[in-house]
Amino acid sequence: MSIAVPNLKIGPIEFASRLLVGTGKYVTYEQMAEALAESGCQVVTVAVRRERMSDAKGRNILDFIDPAKYTLLPNTAGCFSADDAVRTARLGRELLEGIANPGAAWVKLEVLGDKKTLLPDPVGTLEALKELRADGFVVLCYTSDDPIMAMRLKDAGAAAVMPAGSPIGSGQGVLNPWSIRIILEQLKAGDESYPIIVDAGVGTASDVTVAMELGADGVLLNTGIAGAKDPLAMARAMRLAVESGYLAARAGRIPRKLYATASSPLEGVIGAKA
Amino acid sequence: MRIMVNGEWTEQPEGLTMAALLERLDLEPLRVAVERNRRLVRRAEFAQTLLTADDQLEIVTLVGGG
Repeated sequence: MSIAVPNLKIGPIEFASRLLVGTGKYVTYEQMAEALAESGCQVVTVAVRRERMSDAKGRNILDFIDPAKYTLLPNTAGCFSADDAVRTARLGRELLEGIANPGAAWVKLEVLGDKKTLLPDPVGTLEALKELRADGFVVLCYTSDDPIMAMRLKDAGAAAVMPAGSPIGSGQGVLNPWSIRIILEQLKAGDESYPIIVDAGVGTASDVTVAMELGADGVLLNTGIAGAKDPLAMARAMRLAVESGYLAARAGRIPRKLYATASSPLEGVIGAKA
Repeated sequence: MRIMVNGEWTEQPEGLTMAALLERLDLEPLRVAVERNRRLVRRAEFAQTLLTADDQLEIVTLVGGG
């Protein structure tokens, strides 16, 4: 029997790592590169922004991400309309085609509904998804933990549905495990390999493990690592947590019981009367 | 002629191509993507794309994000 964690398949691409990591909010590009390496991730998300936002030294993030080692997943973060998201996705594809990255036709679709909560706009998300699919994109769809919306996105051709554990960057973990379970059960019914990735809200390793133990195929996170006091240690912790959760989910945990069950034999304790 | 670049009006010489503008701005064409009046301009078309007055450009690159 093998206890290896099998590859994660999303659309046409496969990865050994089930952790997808964002590249935002690191103190330096050097720290980001080290954290990505420590996390063991093979997919990194990037954002598309107006030129001149490179760091003070005028360096570009691409100098710190080896495109041979990582598949870049451009996002549409910050877009509050389907139209902006579609335009941003097309710009992202053009950028990735320039560096011949396998993630070129990929996009992490986010259409946000509100600046304070950064919760997704379901109507705009579905609209943008349809347009991007028609334009040949492989769309990984950020959404809330609403099972009906998740199903709508799958039906509209999302390559993966990525429900939020909790609001982006909040570190609250998986707030509604019951909803995530329903999403997993319904979207995977008769289609076991359909990828569900918990995206957003993860604060620490146990949050990742919870998501994976629920049966998620992977976890996408950024702030949990980048915002930690020691991002390298947290990156390693997240890597281990994904593997732990994946294996535990399939190992068949013991049932919860109200009372204790001794692990050591009850017979043969010294001083006992026969 | 005036050309809007990333939300700001700039003064540019007549007859400028997209490729020439990027060179003036000291931008590596492989590291940017460009929209002209809300439509993507493919990199292969930079050299032939002639800019006209009041064009509005978005010139973007990749940055860190989640």
